[in-house]
Amino acid sequence: MTTAVNPTDRPGRLAEFWYYFRENRGAVIGLYVFAAIVVMALGAPILAPYGPTEQFRQNTLVPPFWQEGGTTQFLLGTDAVGRDMLSRLLHGARYSLFVGVVVVGIAASVGILLGLVAGFAPKWLDTIIMRIMDIILAFPSLLLALVLVAILGPSLINAMIAIAIVQQPHYVRLARASVLGELSKDYVTSARVAGAGIFRRMFITVLPNCLAPIIVQAALSFSSAILDAAALGFLGMGAQPPTPEWGTMLADSREFILRAWWVVTFPGLAILITVLAINLMGDGLRDALDPKLKRS
Amino acid sequence: MLRYILARLVTFVPTFIGVTLISFAFIRVLPGDPIIVMAGERGMTEERYQSLVEELGFDRPVLEQYWHYLGGIVQGDLGQSFVTKRPVWDEFFALFPATLELSICAMILAIALGLPAGVIAAVNRGKFFDRALMSTALVGYSMPIFWWALLLIIVFSGNLAWTPVSGRIDLLYYFDNTTGFMLIDSILSGQKGAFGSAVRHLILPTIVLGTIPLAVIARQTRSAMLEVLSEDYIRTARAKGLSPARINGVHALRNALIPVITVIGLSIGTLLAGAILTETIFSWPGIGKWMVDSISRRDYPVVQGGLLLIAVMVMIVNLIVDVLYGFINPKIRKR
Repeated sequence: MTTAVNPTDRPGRLAEFWYYFRENRGAVIGLYVFAAIVVMALGAPILAPYGPTEQFRQNTLVPPFWQEGGTTQFLLGTDAVGRDMLSRLLHGARYSLFVGVVVVGIAASVGILLGLVAGFAPKWLDTIIMRIMDIILAFPSLLLALVLVAILGPSLINAMIAIAIVQQPHYVRLARASVLGELSKDYVTSARVAGAGIFRRMFITVLPNCLAPIIVQAALSFSSAILDAAALGFLGMGAQPPTPEWGTMLADSREFILRAWWVVTFPGLAILITVLAINLMGDGLRDALDPKLKRS
Repeated sequence: MLRYILARLVTFVPTFIGVTLISFAFIRVLPGDPIIVMAGERGMTEERYQSLVEELGFDRPVLEQYWHYLGGIVQGDLGQSFVTKRPVWDEFFALFPATLELSICAMILAIALGLPAGVIAAVNRGKFFDRALMSTALVGYSMPIFWWALLLIIVFSGNLAWTPVSGRIDLLYYFDNTTGFMLIDSILSGQKGAFGSAVRHLILPTIVLGTIPLAVIARQTRSAMLEVLSEDYIRTARAKGLSPARINGVHALRNALIPVITVIGLSIGTLLAGAILTETIFSWPGIGKWMVDSISRRDYPVVQGGLLLIAVMVMIVNLIVDVLYGFINPKIRKR
């Protein structure tokens, strides 16, 4: 995992990382579960018994197979219009992971860039950038995302953009703080004396040394992006039906909660397991990457 | 100390202006003409349209409009709801007690369970209790609360029929809105069973809204306690022969509380965001539901005003937390 982001790896760094990561049993379990979810998402078209929007009108609200009235034809039952729950859940994994990847990609790249600029820039520019971030952070994130989606129009893409906007101030703050911590160190001064330009110092000298907390933040914001996207879907402001997005599936099935527990339970369980696996990994990453906590 | 507070206040002003700018810009970048939206299905005559443009000041330069808007805010004028025609300010403060009541209950739940859980986990580090509590906390932290709410409704309202599904009180009871807090008003009304009904309505929303802060507080308390427990003065206290209860509960917890208080303060924003989902699911007539309804009804002045008021409130809370933090921890003031 670190090889991709640490091009200047000394030999053995990955091994060291894995050594500490492995210590945390929860993190390893999280990694396996997450890997399984990735496999399910990628293989959804092959693994799923039916299409995600295929309707079996004679078989509406069929319970899961172990319950009376259930059949092995629909392992996890069907929803109100007779769509196979299992197939929809498998396809839903693709949306959730997609949301996580896109949101973290946008938020982290914009956030790191702004944070680096704020750290290196003269005081006035630093102040302007950080004040803007303060302003964004003054709004509760879900509320701001909700309003942004209302402006942009409800769809999964707009929900992702909105969530990325509300998440990037965290990256800016984190990147700026680590940059400021590094700037006073001797190796940065020596790079400058040796004639390294500002861009070289920003991206090649300093940035690699600031990545550890940002990677941890990326893991945490991956999971909160999934949660927020599901929440927006649930409020009707994210992915629109019949998209098999987990939050949207929950919103669709709300009226059946007292009649058909499975249509409500499984999509939420899928969100919980995914988010939990990522958070477990995030904890492990933090323990493995943060030297202060390593030996505690 | 005074200088520290002043320094915080100075950064408050530009942020406040920025927040007003965002909420002002909001109504202008929306797709579609807000006046057409206001007219709804029926449409309106050209004359009426023109008079509304003038009334809302859309014909004047943007800068002047903003100045006018800012002037209104300072005087507590945030415009009128398109739908109810009532001032946004009045609506906000009519609904705010409901959200406040729910948030306070959720916070009390989170602190009452989260602090002891964190302390117990830290003291029993690595043992069964620690693992069990921290696994539970991580599950709570990862919980999609809208789903959690639905599960609780299935079990407690559906299967067991213990709690009602929505609202703040049974329709059976009616009394005046004295304080806005249902728990207090129901007692004041003196009606038999009213208080019990209010409590039953409050239980599930409180659990749902309190879950994430509870998990966050438990995790934060544990890590703060662990840090403090390795300090020298704790060893001294042990060497003096003080009881573990006194060491953990008084010496350690007091110092561990500093970061915990920050986390509690900062989760006010999280609480308001959580209230959006919680209130929507339980039809709780508070700010969160009001915002969601207004967004879907395209009641722009309400969305604009509500956004501003909520942001200002979060900012004030953060300011208070900052000041308190400087008060508790003199090291911060020096920076």
